[in-house]
Amino acid sequence: MKLSPMLVAAGILGAFAVFGVGLVAVTYGMTAPMIAANERAAVLREVRAILPPGELDNDPIEDRLEISDPVRLGAQVTQVYRARRDGDVVAVVLDPVVGNGYSGPIRLLVSVLADGSLGGVRVLSHRETPGLGDRIEVARSDWILGFSGRSLGNPPAEDWEVRRDGGEFDQFTGATITPRAVVRAVRGALELVAEQRAALFAAPVVATGPSE
Amino acid sequence: MADKPIGALVSDGLWGNNQALVALLGLCPLLATTTSATNGLGMGLATTSVLVLSNLTISLIRNLVRPEVRLPVFVLVIASFVTVVELSMQAFFYDLYLVLGIFLPLITTNCIIIGRAEAFASKNAPDRAVIDGLAMGVGFALVLMLLGGLRELVGQGTLFYQAHLLLGEAARGLSFSLGPDFQGALLAILPPGAFIALGLLIALKNVIDKRVRQRQAVRRSVAAGAQPTG
Repeated sequence: MKLSPMLVAAGILGAFAVFGVGLVAVTYGMTAPMIAANERAAVLREVRAILPPGELDNDPIEDRLEISDPVRLGAQVTQVYRARRDGDVVAVVLDPVVGNGYSGPIRLLVSVLADGSLGGVRVLSHRETPGLGDRIEVARSDWILGFSGRSLGNPPAEDWEVRRDGGEFDQFTGATITPRAVVRAVRGALELVAEQRAALFAAPVVATGPSE
Repeated sequence: MADKPIGALVSDGLWGNNQALVALLGLCPLLATTTSATNGLGMGLATTSVLVLSNLTISLIRNLVRPEVRLPVFVLVIASFVTVVELSMQAFFYDLYLVLGIFLPLITTNCIIIGRAEAFASKNAPDRAVIDGLAMGVGFALVLMLLGGLRELVGQGTLFYQAHLLLGEAARGLSFSLGPDFQGALLAILPPGAFIALGLLIALKNVIDKRVRQRQAVRRSVAAGAQPTG
């Protein structure tokens, strides 16, 4: 008879566990499509910003490849979004992860045009120091815009560093580690695209999104 | 138990027993998210909605739950609501979620919520529990917003920067800036700035409380002195 209050308590606890899981499951079911659409729209907005202007005839989010180069791209799997015009790939957009920032990973988007130059670089997320390292964000400073149009020969390979390391790119007052890591990661992405150029630019359409 | 009038519940939540300034609960989200007024307001609203929902639920089930499993049940209820709020924010305010996302699960461990569940909701009727949750939540949200605004203004020279992420395009006009030349005091944005600003707010509240008490005392003595002659 001593067991029964304990069983009642366990029953109540179990009932609330079921209630809690049910509530979360229903909410998840209702919000999942909206969340997926939001995530997709956010990536597409960022990708669009660093592609050459003008209409594309594919959906870069659908037409993507997955590559793996943890050393240069910082992640086990890196997405390569491809933008096409008249069927040809005019730019590829990679999402490398910078592991050696000041605090935590920095997720980048890097677009490389067909001629090997950079279409642009953006920061997707980071946890750098507010007021110092966060000037890599386009909302806080236009430093990141300085990459547009650069390529592996411009500046030459040995100048792909921040000024403190003898290179061409500015660091920030009070923050060298963050820009140094970003500059090296962008160079790594450029090198990778140059190496795998044929595979990335020539591979056939993966899936056709809604055409415009 | 003598029930406090509704007005006292509200003024306790907003001022007298303000959870952030008097009880000093919920410091983790308080200090982590208040780098701008918008972030503070967003975190405050999320906390308030969890607090109201959890107070309501816990008050409804207060006679059902046996004392020995009370705390695990409260934690279950709170964690469920936090997840619901997190998913909803991801669905409806995605940009704000990107800013506050990593702090939202912290609401589960926010002592204010379990504190109000244990100290108030589990002993009071649902309507009073909801009012308590709302008052405590709004009081907390106001402090978050004030602290965020203070740190943002001193540290960045802006106020309600990116308010449109939370309040829609119409709120763009709310954003205020001291101009691009304002360098800002970095300290205010960094964690120590949060402690300093919170300390200043608490000191301010204590000064105001003291003034009010003195004035009441003066009024009382004046009234007492006036009576015999009158």
